[in-house]
Amino acid sequence: MNNQPNETWVPACEIGDIEPDDVMRFDHGGRTFAIYRTADDKYYATDGLCTHEKVHLAKGFVMDHIIECPKHNGRFDFTTGKAQGAPACVNLATYPVRIEDRHVMLRVN
Amino acid sequence: MSAQVTEFDYSLLGKNAKLAEEKGLASAEWYASPISRKRLKELMQRRNGPAIRDTLIWFALLGLTGFLAYHFWGTWWCVPCFVAYGVLYGTASDSRWHECGHRTAFRSTWMNDVVYEIASFMVVRESTSWRWSHTRHHTDTIIVGRDPEIAVPRPPDLVGIALAFFILKSGPKELKRVARHCFGSLTPDEKLYVPESEWPRIFLIARIWALIYAGVIAWSIAIHSILPLMFVGLPSFYGAWLMVVFGLTQHAGLAENVLDHRLNSRTIYMNPVFRFLYWNMNYHVEHHMFPMVPNYNLPALHAELKADMPRPYRGLIETYREIIPALFRQKKDRTYFVRRELPPTAKTGAGDPGYAHARPAEPL
Repeated sequence: MNNQPNETWVPACEIGDIEPDDVMRFDHGGRTFAIYRTADDKYYATDGLCTHEKVHLAKGFVMDHIIECPKHNGRFDFTTGKAQGAPACVNLATYPVRIEDRHVMLRVN
Repeated sequence: MSAQVTEFDYSLLGKNAKLAEEKGLASAEWYASPISRKRLKELMQRRNGPAIRDTLIWFALLGLTGFLAYHFWGTWWCVPCFVAYGVLYGTASDSRWHECGHRTAFRSTWMNDVVYEIASFMVVRESTSWRWSHTRHHTDTIIVGRDPEIAVPRPPDLVGIALAFFILKSGPKELKRVARHCFGSLTPDEKLYVPESEWPRIFLIARIWALIYAGVIAWSIAIHSILPLMFVGLPSFYGAWLMVVFGLTQHAGLAENVLDHRLNSRTIYMNPVFRFLYWNMNYHVEHHMFPMVPNYNLPALHAELKADMPRPYRGLIETYREIIPALFRQKKDRTYFVRRELPPTAKTGAGDPGYAHARPAEPL
């Protein structure tokens, strides 16, 4: 797959590193991301920290397309980043993801 | 004298709030007992079934006891009926408020939110501001100057605790707060932990409550009888006593300013009736450590983590044998607290990541 000149794609993990309906933490360039795998094997990525109190979402709970923060149960739709209500009030940033040679590639810029 | 006031300062805007931040106790990393991700995922799974069943039973019992109380009104037989109705209204609503506030009771968000609003009214806790205060309680559990839900600040106010059994201190305070919210005003503390985007919701709910209370009071006046208020409004007060019996067991007398829920929370065993009323919140250490686990899975989580936990209490009597003397002692000695002993199997050894957090911190 061709990259646009100003796009930076990095391998986040291999497919299968994440269980279906689960999430994994990925750190890159001083930033932290959360990579999600849905029950139907689709992959998504968001910022790794909850917008409420900066807790790592990778320790949270994936339910359908929702990630629930492990500390205060704040919820986000990880396909869009949309916060689902208090205490999560600020949306999460999302990042494009693609599969390349069995790697989950994340566009970080 | 001012030094003493500072020492006992539990306010969220006081000196201890700043000290907690400086000492790294605010929004800190807390100890978590080891459990495999696979098992935790199993325990975090949400279902609607258990909570729908329990909610139907709860409302059916409220209806039955309420009907009997109405039927026997004017005779002494109405007293036990109102005692039962009051406990179902003023006590059971506390745990429903709590679990639905975490949105873990039901799988469906809207079901959690509907029951949360109803239970908030019954337990007299304005739903939005209390959601945020409880969020802070989970971030900074029993951290002085940070946690707005420390039930027994030191030195314990024993008269205040006695009044709490019928929420005679917190109830009127909360109703005053609701009145203030009706007029679009918040306290400085609320402004601190409730984001501005949520303020209109607070004002709206307060106005709905005010309408309900005004309606019931007007009805009582119109028929020259306290009966309508005995069903809506007053049970929050006369039915709260068991909620306080349950609630005080959570943290009273235990360590402040520690980053380990095993040292500042209690897990106690209860009979099935109490566990229904309290929705398994007796497994309180486990709940604080893993708040994503729904109440119906807490016994299984408890079994999973037992080797890493202090010995659970065998019941309310054993728990209060510890709490009552501890509170009397704290009246004289502010630094006293009950030290929970971790079992030899617990992860606390030197070099263990949990070790630094497992020792009680000094008072602020």
